[in-house]
Amino acid sequence: MLPPMAMWEKLLYFDRRIIFLIIAVAVLVPFLTGWMLPQGKITATTQHLFDAIEALPPRTPVMISFDYSPSSMPEIQPMALALAHHILSRNLRLVAVTLVVTGPQMADAAIMPVAEKLGKQEGVDWVNLGFKTGGAVLVTQMGEDIKRAYPADARGNSTQNLPVMAGVHNYDDIGLIIDLASSAAPGTWIVYAHDPYDIKLAAGVTGVMAADYYPFLQTGQMMGLLNGLKGAAEYEYLVGQTGFGLLGMSAQSVAHLLIILFVILGNIGYFTSGRHRRQQR
Amino acid sequence: MRLQIPIAIGFLAGFFMLVQFFVPHQFFQQSYLELFDWVKIIGAFALVLGLGSLFRTHIDKIRNRRPDHIYSFVTLISFAVMFVFGIVYGVKPHTSFDWLFKNVQTPLEATVFSLLAFFMASAAYRTFRARSVEATLLLTVAVIVMLGRVPISDYVSFVDFHEASEWIMSVPGMAAKRGILLGVALGVVATALRILLGIERSHLGGGGGGSS
Amino acid sequence: MDTIVLLAIYFARRGDMYIRPIPGLEAVNDAIGRATEMGRPILYISGLSGISDIATIAAMLILGHLAKRTAAYETPIIVPCNDPLVMTAEREIVHQAYIEAGKPDAYEPQNIFYITDSQFGYTSAVDGIMVREKPAANFFMGYFFAEALILAETGNMTGAIQIAGTDADTQLPFFITACDYTLMGEELYAAGAYLSRNPLLVAQLKGQDIGKIVLVAGLLAGVALATLANYIAPDIFDRFQSWFQIHN
Repeated sequence: MLPPMAMWEKLLYFDRRIIFLIIAVAVLVPFLTGWMLPQGKITATTQHLFDAIEALPPRTPVMISFDYSPSSMPEIQPMALALAHHILSRNLRLVAVTLVVTGPQMADAAIMPVAEKLGKQEGVDWVNLGFKTGGAVLVTQMGEDIKRAYPADARGNSTQNLPVMAGVHNYDDIGLIIDLASSAAPGTWIVYAHDPYDIKLAAGVTGVMAADYYPFLQTGQMMGLLNGLKGAAEYEYLVGQTGFGLLGMSAQSVAHLLIILFVILGNIGYFTSGRHRRQQR
Repeated sequence: MRLQIPIAIGFLAGFFMLVQFFVPHQFFQQSYLELFDWVKIIGAFALVLGLGSLFRTHIDKIRNRRPDHIYSFVTLISFAVMFVFGIVYGVKPHTSFDWLFKNVQTPLEATVFSLLAFFMASAAYRTFRARSVEATLLLTVAVIVMLGRVPISDYVSFVDFHEASEWIMSVPGMAAKRGILLGVALGVVATALRILLGIERSHLGGGGGGSS
Repeated sequence: MDTIVLLAIYFARRGDMYIRPIPGLEAVNDAIGRATEMGRPILYISGLSGISDIATIAAMLILGHLAKRTAAYETPIIVPCNDPLVMTAEREIVHQAYIEAGKPDAYEPQNIFYITDSQFGYTSAVDGIMVREKPAANFFMGYFFAEALILAETGNMTGAIQIAGTDADTQLPFFITACDYTLMGEELYAAGAYLSRNPLLVAQLKGQDIGKIVLVAGLLAGVALATLANYIAPDIFDRFQSWFQIHN
């Protein structure tokens, strides 16, 4: 049996692999058991985005830019699914674009199952315009003429003939742009789409990036923001579609509580082992 | 001349990009798009160089039987498989390339991203100590924000963690962020200027940065 | 703002200027010394935001200064890149640094190599390099995204001395937690001047400081005027405010 001081000292040098294991178990259990916490308060920025889509008249085109890679799918794909469901179920048109090379696959993975479920047709109710290089240039080009920037969609169909693109010339004809991103793409949309063309812009980003976009909410350059998995869960709740977001929040809750517990334990070890006195000296 | 010409090109191109942002004239718009086409072409050639470097690094490792050269085999074989499937069957949905992308690339990348959760836990455990008033404040704020980001905190009735975390993010957090951003913006302006004006030339191999 | 910086450079270029010590940059020599003593390489990452980002360019400039110092001791410097354009430019910069250090033969171009532009593919490759090669010092300079903590924690596990510098404010807490020294925000842009001590570059720092004073004064005056006008003449306030609005 270790004396208490040595035990606390030992706590300070806890093997990090044990922490990894505890976190892995804590995250896995809610997923495996399907344990779900009821959704709490809705963040104002999520509500603003939901309300903006609710306020659009039927058949208004909504553009989603799928600017994320497979690595961010667990956090952003639930947002994409919930948004696609909201847009298509409200009989709005969905126009998918992307500034990153992996974006077209992300768009298909989000829209196809929702469209199939709601009986919506590709080319009529939604379109995946695919990836084109250029980033800022592409965003600027679309501000002038979307069909010139994208003469064909991701399947090679001419955008001139697609019913979903009827009457869509530039950003003036788009009701709302939503950038789902795990990169710095929302900055490009703010500078090259919102500022020069005064288009309504919202974003859905990973939790770690969300703080980057708070200044743009305050200035009105963005009207809504989905903040990581929490934003996804809130949106799923608002549209009444339980998915990975709501399920993931239980795992995230446990993980956060565990991290707080680790911090408390670490501090107990720090103070009881007398290291704080040694450091003060 | 070896230095002057690149500096002159850099200055002209940089100055043009600066002007075009503020002048929405057709000429500037078109020239801007044209310049970006050049960037894409240069990027495509650079990708060839990049791939050349990738192959050379891994082939050298295999040839010299360097430790862990098995990973070089994995890299080269993975590259070849994706390349062949992409060229032969295309990259559209429901192709072999798409299947590999969804079932190999996606889970692999998501797995590496998910390491963040484990590293955050271990880093928080190792470093979050109430050593001083500032560190204690940081720790307290972190706990409030962490609780505010998950619905479990709604079960606590005496503190509204959700509101508290939103306030921390959008008031003191934002103030600090703006302070950093203003400094960064000035740093960006100064760095851009010193490159455009040729004050800093070390990137051109001119040692303009002076002795170190 | 450009004018202020330019004027400051013009007036201050001849003066002998004091630069506040930046611990992260003071530690560069220690890091190189440690790597040389241990006979291990130095790992240098110049962010993931590509060549069009000024932060990447700042990181490349720091690499030039650093390479000049490592060349003197013939300490290998490993530079994995995620952008082929950055790789090409960095090869040129390091080569030139070795020439200036009088060690052109010690330059090994294969130490600066391209991996992939996939964010986490790159991250896992760099983590692998850290674990296998065990660099004595890791430098993370430039703009980083979610991979920041994964890279820095892996480096921490291998026991390397770690110096980070980024203007990605959301990643700063991660670097501060896992690295020995962190250059915050504008310090990344000051590093080139700091390491070179070139009078013109140091004068640029002075320009930044003056620019900051002007900005702060403008902010304070704006807040005071807006507060005052809101009570005295809201119409004038609205008109004044509309000058600064972004909407068309």
